[in-house]
Amino acid sequence: MAEEVKKAPRPVDPNSAKYKLGKIAGDAYVNAIEAKKQGKPVAWVSSNFPVEIPETLGIATVYPENQAAGIAARGAGERMCDVAEAEGYSNDICAYARVSLAYAKLKECPEQDVAMPDVLLCCNNICNCMIKWYENLAQELNIPMIILDIPFNPDYEVSQAFIDYVGAQFWDAVHQLEEIFNIKWDDKKFEEVTGFSCRSSKAWLAATGEAHWTPSPFNGFDLLNHMAVMVTARGKAEAAEAMETLLKEYKENHEKGVSTFREEEKYRIMFEGIACWPYLRATSKGLKSRGINMVTTIYADAFGFDYSSFDEMIAAYCSVPNAINLEKARDKRVKLCKDDNVEGLLVHTNRSCKLWSGFMPEMSRQIGEACGIPVASFDGDQADPRNFSEAQYDTRVQGLMEIMESNK
Amino acid sequence: MYTLGIDIGSTTSKCALMKDGKEIVATSLRVGGMGTDGPEAAITDIWARTYLTRSDVDKVIVTGYGRKNYEGADGEVSELTCHAFGGNYVYGNELRTIIDIGGQDAKVICMNDQGRMSNFIMNDKCAAGTGRFLEVMANILKMDINNLSDCAMQSTSPASISSTCTVFAESEVISQLANGVKRPDLVAGICESVATRVGALVRRVQVKEKVCMSGGVAANEYLRKVLGDKLGVTIEYDPLAQYFGAIGAAIYAYNKK
Repeated sequence: MAEEVKKAPRPVDPNSAKYKLGKIAGDAYVNAIEAKKQGKPVAWVSSNFPVEIPETLGIATVYPENQAAGIAARGAGERMCDVAEAEGYSNDICAYARVSLAYAKLKECPEQDVAMPDVLLCCNNICNCMIKWYENLAQELNIPMIILDIPFNPDYEVSQAFIDYVGAQFWDAVHQLEEIFNIKWDDKKFEEVTGFSCRSSKAWLAATGEAHWTPSPFNGFDLLNHMAVMVTARGKAEAAEAMETLLKEYKENHEKGVSTFREEEKYRIMFEGIACWPYLRATSKGLKSRGINMVTTIYADAFGFDYSSFDEMIAAYCSVPNAINLEKARDKRVKLCKDDNVEGLLVHTNRSCKLWSGFMPEMSRQIGEACGIPVASFDGDQADPRNFSEAQYDTRVQGLMEIMESNK
Repeated sequence: MYTLGIDIGSTTSKCALMKDGKEIVATSLRVGGMGTDGPEAAITDIWARTYLTRSDVDKVIVTGYGRKNYEGADGEVSELTCHAFGGNYVYGNELRTIIDIGGQDAKVICMNDQGRMSNFIMNDKCAAGTGRFLEVMANILKMDINNLSDCAMQSTSPASISSTCTVFAESEVISQLANGVKRPDLVAGICESVATRVGALVRRVQVKEKVCMSGGVAANEYLRKVLGDKLGVTIEYDPLAQYFGAIGAAIYAYNKK
């Protein structure tokens, strides 16, 4: 049998958004490791914690969710989950948490090493599992944990009382960090950081919004990679610049009639849920091979925080997808589906994320009805590969495609 | 014009040979699904009974979980679409819901007034509520799966099988046997367990009449009745229920001629 010839990876243009975004995401890990070596504080931060705090205070950051996604995508999710389960953590809990808790024990994982933390910055607007996960990290590593409590909001709008409650905690977190690390808050720097964060967010949301063109100027799976920068570095100047480059490229793609989706775009879908990182290639291929472009996902847009005042910033952190009520969450998704001419909805029933997967059956039913589109779901996991079946995925995607075809 | 539909499932292989997409010339079913000689045995049976050969058939479409690895067809299509075509062939455009309980999954297919699939829902990654669950239970009871329904009909007080997990339910059935629960009551409880699980799935897509069942489990009259009672609808049954996938594939082949 002839030996398989591996194609050399295509060189990436250093002026491209892909290069810039990849570098920023990679540098974030390197910078934290460097900071640690120099004795500077490092924080492990939950993904929807206000990045403005550590960025303004000059605290290097590591995002364990981002690290776990990287580890899972590189094939080490099961190995790390095994370590956590041997420590007594149930395989029913979030696989990001298991990977992170395993890393806290091993302190190494070649698939994505990170700097060990001096403090934990936790925010429960993404889920409440986060609190126990971080509490256990704090206990195991014997370091302080600072939490911003942003409870699930049962109302459609964010009330002033809600903003005041979270806003007070914002400043309390700042004061605690000043005290722990003997550092000083700088209002000017804060202004600069919020400026970059808003610039990044505006450009990011505008870039993802370019999906309203048919065909879309990009493959939606690109967003899953690019969003790492929105999670980890949106308050940095280079992130704002890279996101603006991304937007420019998508606009140019549309003008030139090209796309990063390399197949003919026959169908357009919204993808719901966190990516199935251990099977990113399989899930992407199952769509691409059928000409299905995942043009939009709330998961990507969730990391765009645009605001023009302190209260608006707090309101934005109170309005992330998992902290809002079903009606608001549905309306945001229906808008995306309608804006982007979506023809079908594919839902990842993610065993790790009980919150998200729990509300999806009803929400996807409502979205399907409101938009007149078919809905298919598949079982999987964001980091534990044992919860996915490729044959099951394939049948459901094919069924979805056949309905979309028959609707044309 | 002859077209052949092959449905390679997880436990059985089914074939339907059709003329002009309208007339069923022959059907065949063999135990043994993907990865076995079941598909070839079913096809050979078709040739033997019709005196036709592969060269007489204009188009062959394969469906079912084994569709991806079968090389003797002209194309493949999902069993969802095929069951929709098959159901429409038997019941016409009045059909709105197909409940298919197969060997390793359960599906609910919503149909529109043009006889096309408009949406679907499938079970999660768990054997409960599928034919596999009944197969495991029949093995424990040392019964033929085809006799479960008749046995359940004799029940006076169906046992409660509380576990939703096939593995846990297995030990529950064994302990109920040991406690002297009568076999018909136990079998009725097993069927009701599947009906409860599938009923919840059907409700998620809001059941609309006319409703029918397809797949091998459709032949279980007791389960059909219990499921219908739970949903408050009459569930239609046709002896061709297990061939809906193969019939649908043959019709699909004809439509794509």
